[in-house]
Amino acid sequence: MASTVAVENLNPKVLKCEYAVRGEIVIHAQRLQQQLQTQPGSLPFDEILYCNIGNPQSLGQQPVTFFREVLALCDHPYLLQRDEIKSLFSADSISRAKQILALIPGKATGAYSHSQGIKGLRDTIAAGITSRDGFPANADDIFLTDGASPGVHLMMQLLIRNEKDGILVPIPQYPLYSASIALHGGALVPYYLNESTGWGLEISDVKKQLEDARSKGIDVRALVVINPGNPTGQVLAEENQYDIVKFCKNEGLVLLADEVYQENIYVDNKKFHSFKKIVRSLGYGEEDLPLVSYQSVSKGYYGECGKRGGYMEITGFSAPVREQIYKIASVNLCSNISGQILASLIMNPPKAGDESYASYKAEKDGIIASLTRRAKSLEDAFNKLDGITCNEAEGAMYLFPQLSLPQKAIEAAKVANKAPDAFYALCLLESTGIVVVPGSGFGQVPGTWHFRCTILPQEEKIPAIISRFKVFHEAFMVEYHE
Amino acid sequence: MGRKGLDYEDLNENVKKVQYAVRGELYLRASELQKEGKRIIFTNVGNPHALGQKPLTFPRQVVALCQAPFLLDDPNVGLIFPADAIARAKHYLAMAPGGLGAYSDSRGIPGVRKEVAEFIQRRDGYPSDPELIYLTDGASKGVMQMLNAIIRNDRDGILVPVPQYPLYSAAISLFGGSLVPYYLDEEANWGLDLVNTRQSVAAARSNGITVRAMVIINPGNPTGQCLSEANLREILNFCYQENLVLLADEVYQQNVYQDERPFISARKVLFDMGGPISREVQLISFHTVSKGYWGECGQRGGYFEMTNIPPKTVDEIYKVASIALSPNVPGQIFMGLMMNPPKPGDISYLKFATESKSILDSLRRRAQIMTDGFNSCRNVVCNFTEGAMYSFPQIRLPQRAMDTARSAGKEPDVFYCLKLLEATGISTVPGSGFGQKEGVFHLRTTILPAEEDMPAIMSSFKKFNDSFMEQYQDYSKL
Repeated sequence: MASTVAVENLNPKVLKCEYAVRGEIVIHAQRLQQQLQTQPGSLPFDEILYCNIGNPQSLGQQPVTFFREVLALCDHPYLLQRDEIKSLFSADSISRAKQILALIPGKATGAYSHSQGIKGLRDTIAAGITSRDGFPANADDIFLTDGASPGVHLMMQLLIRNEKDGILVPIPQYPLYSASIALHGGALVPYYLNESTGWGLEISDVKKQLEDARSKGIDVRALVVINPGNPTGQVLAEENQYDIVKFCKNEGLVLLADEVYQENIYVDNKKFHSFKKIVRSLGYGEEDLPLVSYQSVSKGYYGECGKRGGYMEITGFSAPVREQIYKIASVNLCSNISGQILASLIMNPPKAGDESYASYKAEKDGIIASLTRRAKSLEDAFNKLDGITCNEAEGAMYLFPQLSLPQKAIEAAKVANKAPDAFYALCLLESTGIVVVPGSGFGQVPGTWHFRCTILPQEEKIPAIISRFKVFHEAFMVEYHE
Repeated sequence: MGRKGLDYEDLNENVKKVQYAVRGELYLRASELQKEGKRIIFTNVGNPHALGQKPLTFPRQVVALCQAPFLLDDPNVGLIFPADAIARAKHYLAMAPGGLGAYSDSRGIPGVRKEVAEFIQRRDGYPSDPELIYLTDGASKGVMQMLNAIIRNDRDGILVPVPQYPLYSAAISLFGGSLVPYYLDEEANWGLDLVNTRQSVAAARSNGITVRAMVIINPGNPTGQCLSEANLREILNFCYQENLVLLADEVYQQNVYQDERPFISARKVLFDMGGPISREVQLISFHTVSKGYWGECGQRGGYFEMTNIPPKTVDEIYKVASIALSPNVPGQIFMGLMMNPPKPGDISYLKFATESKSILDSLRRRAQIMTDGFNSCRNVVCNFTEGAMYSFPQIRLPQRAMDTARSAGKEPDVFYCLKLLEATGISTVPGSGFGQKEGVFHLRTTILPAEEDMPAIMSSFKKFNDSFMEQYQDYSKL
């Protein structure tokens, strides 16, 4: 019997899509990790250090206590009837849990909710957005999703009709975008960020790419902006954001604003401004520009990746289009309730005067300060090495250093049937146990090579990582010296 | 290009074609009426906790402890959590480095997948490989992933039972495939009619459709029927002969209300059959924490198990799963707990068993109450709910009712259900949302309203129905 689901007859869009963040290098690392367990001492290192994925709590970052207190009480509301909890939970976490449960019909956290998410939680999030931006947000514009990624897929599904529909995507980009566009059968229209100006975005470049695509018969539907950037870490200047918004309005593009790193800012001279705020400050209303803004519980200082919580705020869409968005969301019924609750908590954390405020603030500031220090240490370390230059990580969770690979290395890579940066990353893994993602997984100017490394390993491990990396890199450059 | 914004006309056509009646017109109307202050009984979706079913205690204790591990360090934790819940929380935290807040393996936590494999082995008597079990954010996500992998274009057909749970029709529309219907036989308690199924396949093929897969929902949704072992053998043989992947939606396997046909998994029957069939028929089996007696819909916990799927295909499925990074970790722990519940001798066993039995016994009683209640109504005929969570009565609408409906621009069953909603507050889903034979109308309701509310609900329905039938009685009687 011929296999009906052999690779030859699978959906070609599935075959085409790629996602390097958990791709080949990582699979190899997992095999090596097993080898370390079954044959200790068989490799030149004792542990695998996963620097490939923005997964803070897997590397020891602690969750914010207040959030977990509230979530535990919502998971098991019976606790609220026990006096003993007063000695185990802060008073404000108890009252917040009660307040949240009152927003849930029947206090049933195990029930499917409204397909956009629990109304009361959306009200909370809308209030949080309003307070952040100074412009009103509406609960009806919010769709709570299992992480931000399903919201991205939903919009790609909506926008892409066939292979002639194009989506403008920054290069380098987080490869969810390229994967999603491939899965939905569309065309990725790249616009290159400028490495020499700190990964700056030039609207004139974007316009050129747009016109080029159109001249090839591509109908460009949307512009993706990731701010702060992934993998590049730059925080857009406000002026830049105004240009982007005006550009989208003039060209009839939907603006897809991935803002999941909005609370990861490490420099004093840049601030996060949401695109919603920018759009409204320009006086643009519902009639002027369709905008989707994404936020997630996975990043920031909360780093709650495993919860799969997030939302998209949709503004500037007509009622018939909104109905379609709702309809697609309803097929999945709803996102997980605990993730919905957490999304409301991050948008409405403890305030000055609350019992938990001091400890919450200390935890938050501690995490951000530590991320800031680690970003700097790794950036400096990379820049000290010959053959590596590294832009500053103004935000997000990554460094994206550029490698100047000698020709011999490039040839060795070809022989090994790998992209040069993948070859470098594989050698790095096999010598040091450090797992990074090759730049080719994110896109880069052809002929340039990079890798993405997270800033997430524990602070006390950073010196050892730096020194192991240095030893490897210098040896690699000697080995492949011209 | 001169486009302003995003117009409805410019949307992906496949998106526009999608229909999902479970949260469609009736539900939206019910929500509107609820906002206006009307008391609504939502029986449109299998959502037990929304209708008063309480969560089982033990899983909530375990997940709360995992959520807030600082509790485990407190000397007083034993005052409010039983020792076995504490031990189990530690067991899951040990499996999940980074706790609930870290992305797990994209397939799900290996230790939980092992618990799933062990459950399957105990249930079926055949070993199961955790590497071929993928945890998902609810079973629906797994169904979507598999259908997306299979469907290449509109000439790829998927055999789907009619009536069906409209996730299947929606997903097929979304991915641009063709739905090939096979009609269940209402006269034979929604039994499988393989003759009809073969005819469907032949008709599809003559239209240039390549039939790729067959969906079975066992126990059935909305129809509730439980497949016999003989049925499953027939189906597996059919898939073998016709080269179809079998997609076995088994999410209601714990919801069985008769003793003649207990649940048997498609996988067990496949392996019982032995020989080449057992090595070649490709099977994907789906399960969830949303149904059964757990009813933890809001957690979004599910899995699919792959049998006889080629390794390269598994790699592709892994790749797609990895783009979503990982399923939610609390939902994974709920799945582990469901697969590996308290055992006799455990401190929490008695309470767990009592809670579970009480829910199942009540569901069995409610299945009967509802079936009998519908059968006592004029022009209503209702098959017994053998399993799952729904009742799917046939409403024999008089011609005048159908004519009135159509002149109001509505399908007759939609018209009837809207009138039912407005008169009684009972929010159902019209049969047209699930598919039915031409000219035969149904509605789907759940058996989930609280037992004490059932008599009032059924009498309210009967009052509405009988007066509706009176009002629209056939022309010949005038």
